[in-house]
Amino acid sequence: MVIPFRGVDFLEFDSLLNDDERLVRSTARQFIEENLIPIIEECNRAGRFPRELVKPMAALGFYGASLQGYGCAGMSNVEYGLVMQELERGDSGLRSFVSVQSALVMYPIYTFGSDEQKQQWLPALQSGEKIGCFGLTEPDFGSNPGAMRSRARKSGREYILNGEKMWITSGSIADVAMIWAKVENPKEEKDERNTRNTKDECVRGFLVETDRPGFKAQDIHGKWSLRASVTSGLSLQDVRIPESNLLPATQGLKSPLMCLNQARYGIAWGAIGAAMACYDCALQYAQLRKQFHDKPIASHQLVQEKLAWMVTEITKAQLLALQVGRLKDEKKTQHQHVSMAKRNNVWMALECARLSRDILGANGVADDYPIMRHMMNLESVKTYEGTHDIHTLILGQNITGLDAF
Amino acid sequence: MKILVCMKQVPQKDAPLKLNAGGTWIREDVSYEVNEPDAYALEEALRQKEKNGGEVIVITAGPGRAQQVLREALAKGADRAIHLEDDAFVGFDALNMARALAAVIKAEPFDLIFTGLQSDDYGYAQTGVILAELLGIPHATIVMQIESSGDGIRVKRELEAGYFQFVEMPLPAVLTIQSGINKLRYATLLGIKQAKNKPLRKITLAELQSAVPAGAAGNLQKIERLYVPQKTKNTEFIQGTPAEAARTIVEKLRNEVRVI
Ligand SMILES: Cc1cc2nc3c(=O)[nH]c(=O)nc-3n(C[C@H](O)[C@H](O)[C@H](O)COP(=O)(O)OP(=O)(O)OC[C@H]3O[C@@H](n4cnc5c(N)ncnc54)[C@H](O)[C@@H]3O)c2cc1C
Ligand SMILES: Cc1cc2nc3c(=O)[nH]c(=O)nc-3n(C[C@H](O)[C@H](O)[C@H](O)COP(=O)(O)OP(=O)(O)OC[C@H]3O[C@@H](n4cnc5c(N)ncnc54)[C@H](O)[C@@H]3O)c2cc1C
Repeated sequence: MVIPFRGVDFLEFDSLLNDDERLVRSTARQFIEENLIPIIEECNRAGRFPRELVKPMAALGFYGASLQGYGCAGMSNVEYGLVMQELERGDSGLRSFVSVQSALVMYPIYTFGSDEQKQQWLPALQSGEKIGCFGLTEPDFGSNPGAMRSRARKSGREYILNGEKMWITSGSIADVAMIWAKVENPKEEKDERNTRNTKDECVRGFLVETDRPGFKAQDIHGKWSLRASVTSGLSLQDVRIPESNLLPATQGLKSPLMCLNQARYGIAWGAIGAAMACYDCALQYAQLRKQFHDKPIASHQLVQEKLAWMVTEITKAQLLALQVGRLKDEKKTQHQHVSMAKRNNVWMALECARLSRDILGANGVADDYPIMRHMMNLESVKTYEGTHDIHTLILGQNITGLDAF
Repeated sequence: MKILVCMKQVPQKDAPLKLNAGGTWIREDVSYEVNEPDAYALEEALRQKEKNGGEVIVITAGPGRAQQVLREALAKGADRAIHLEDDAFVGFDALNMARALAAVIKAEPFDLIFTGLQSDDYGYAQTGVILAELLGIPHATIVMQIESSGDGIRVKRELEAGYFQFVEMPLPAVLTIQSGINKLRYATLLGIKQAKNKPLRKITLAELQSAVPAGAAGNLQKIERLYVPQKTKNTEFIQGTPAEAARTIVEKLRNEVRVI
């Protein structure tokens, strides 16, 4: 049984959007419906990233959509969020690819890069000619990246990079890796404009072309989540890069955290897409599926309770994401706002996936329906970009003023 | 080549329909989309422009909400848009609509005017034909292909049962475009942003006073009543040998259910 996606709008949410925002959403929705939905279950089974969609997504302007210039569309944050929602309605893996390319690779080059770096990389990344990845997490450091072991050593006009990165989306298909490493000898490295001396200061970002000697990427196999996305481990052994590959304006751990904040914002919207896909499927299924007295299971109180819970949570999540987006467009958003949206929306999406799975009974575990795939995907989404619990601590720190990490 | 594309906003095909209280039309608060054949007409116009140069102008008649159709067309590459804006246009029949459109077109000549083959809501398939008549120019319906030929064009028309007709015609002309004749493009995000700066002219019903003096009251057609078809369960047993039964089923699937 094919269940077409109809969107979820319980509280006239659409009336809060303008014409452009609705048009952006419908473009992305149509693209996903026509290009991803027909192949996604096959991709998921095979553990295959649908690379054939990289260029078509570029043609629509999905990469770096909220940046200005360099071929980018200059979308508002709400428009960007709606694109993320529609991508993740299709699959979290495809959305992850776009998030990484946009928020974790193009954004840092745009924000911290030199003019030459921007000219060299942004148009190529925007057009999908080049693919990027973001290497922050290491085998031993995930939630606490500040303790990373990766090191960059200055040698003449070069940096020599050493370290291991783990769980890197698009790692083995990337042309360029945005590598975060600590600069050894920060005293020599530091110039006059920076006199502060905190421990984080030496974390800096480097653009590493992946064909440089000493750079290796190996895919992680056996993932039960984001199977349509490539996840790799990176190894850097004496990788030499010219000093011009250092992103000049990166300064300490707050630089990668700014990138993550961009990506988390997109995830807060993306999760709504996954939740909508599950809920809408479960609702339609429940209206068709009959059990007991020849009545649709949607007529049973327990099923209605699940549906009512889901539509309420999705509606709340929409309003939360929209408010954070509007604040972001006014440049008023703060990192704890984004944490709240990421934490809440991914959690509610995962609960929606579980409830929807339940409503489909045995059919819920099969890939004739998208629900179990979303559920498995969302487990990664819950963990990456700051785990659910880490965002709890960010909120806790913000409201109490006390650090509980 | 200067091409005008007439586009209409219609209730979404697969959304549940809600009838108004009087049972004469669909309620306003449903979801809307671009009439499907109109989307193909726009695509064809954009392709003609890419091949031969020129300008693509889109026009719609409808309430404020119909502007979305124009925005989308501009985002896909149309150069400018004209909006005949009034709630009353929703109730116009094909003749009245053609009169309103003709009034605008007479003031600004075009080489080609495209409409969709028909609208997904009323399904008249008349607006384009009447429009050509009012403008005193030739038309061709159910157009599948357009090529330039000398000073004019050569079009391929769809007939029934897999037959086609090729027609040579002079310009200017009105063509009603069939769905599926090309592959629709997406509005790109950059296109959506750029559309903001493209001209969109609004024309009120009052400005069209001389063409449609009575508004919707000038309609020649009237919808008496709309209703949702009653669902009845009807099980039919097909008799005969397996071969006969198979033949009957194929016949029914082809002619009654029309799925093969
Ligand atoms: C599919 C996938 C793709 C990814 N892509 C990327 C990528 O492209 N680039 C990248 O750099 N990283 C990527 N990651 C890594 C991701 O960001 C990390 O997995 C995440 O930061 C969590 O780190 P960890 O896995 O080491 O878990 P840990 O940090 O070991 O955490 C384990 C558990 O301990 C909890 N915990 C940790 N510290 C505390 C504390 N102080 N108090 C309470 N609880 C705590 C966590 O909440 C979690 O539940 C990806 C991960 C996945 C699964
Ligand atoms: C991997 C797997 C192996 C299996 N192996 C076997 C096997 O070996 N033999 C076998 O016979 N079966 C087997 N089953 C089938 C299993 O027992 C059924 O899936 C189960 O009974 C639920 O039925 P259903 O899938 O048709 O869901 P449905 O009965 O359609 O239920 C769908 C949803 O509606 C809810 N619901 C239904 N009725 C009501 C009500 N009155 N009030 C409130 N809520 C209601 C359910 O709780 C559920 O959430 C297997 C299933 C799986 C997934």
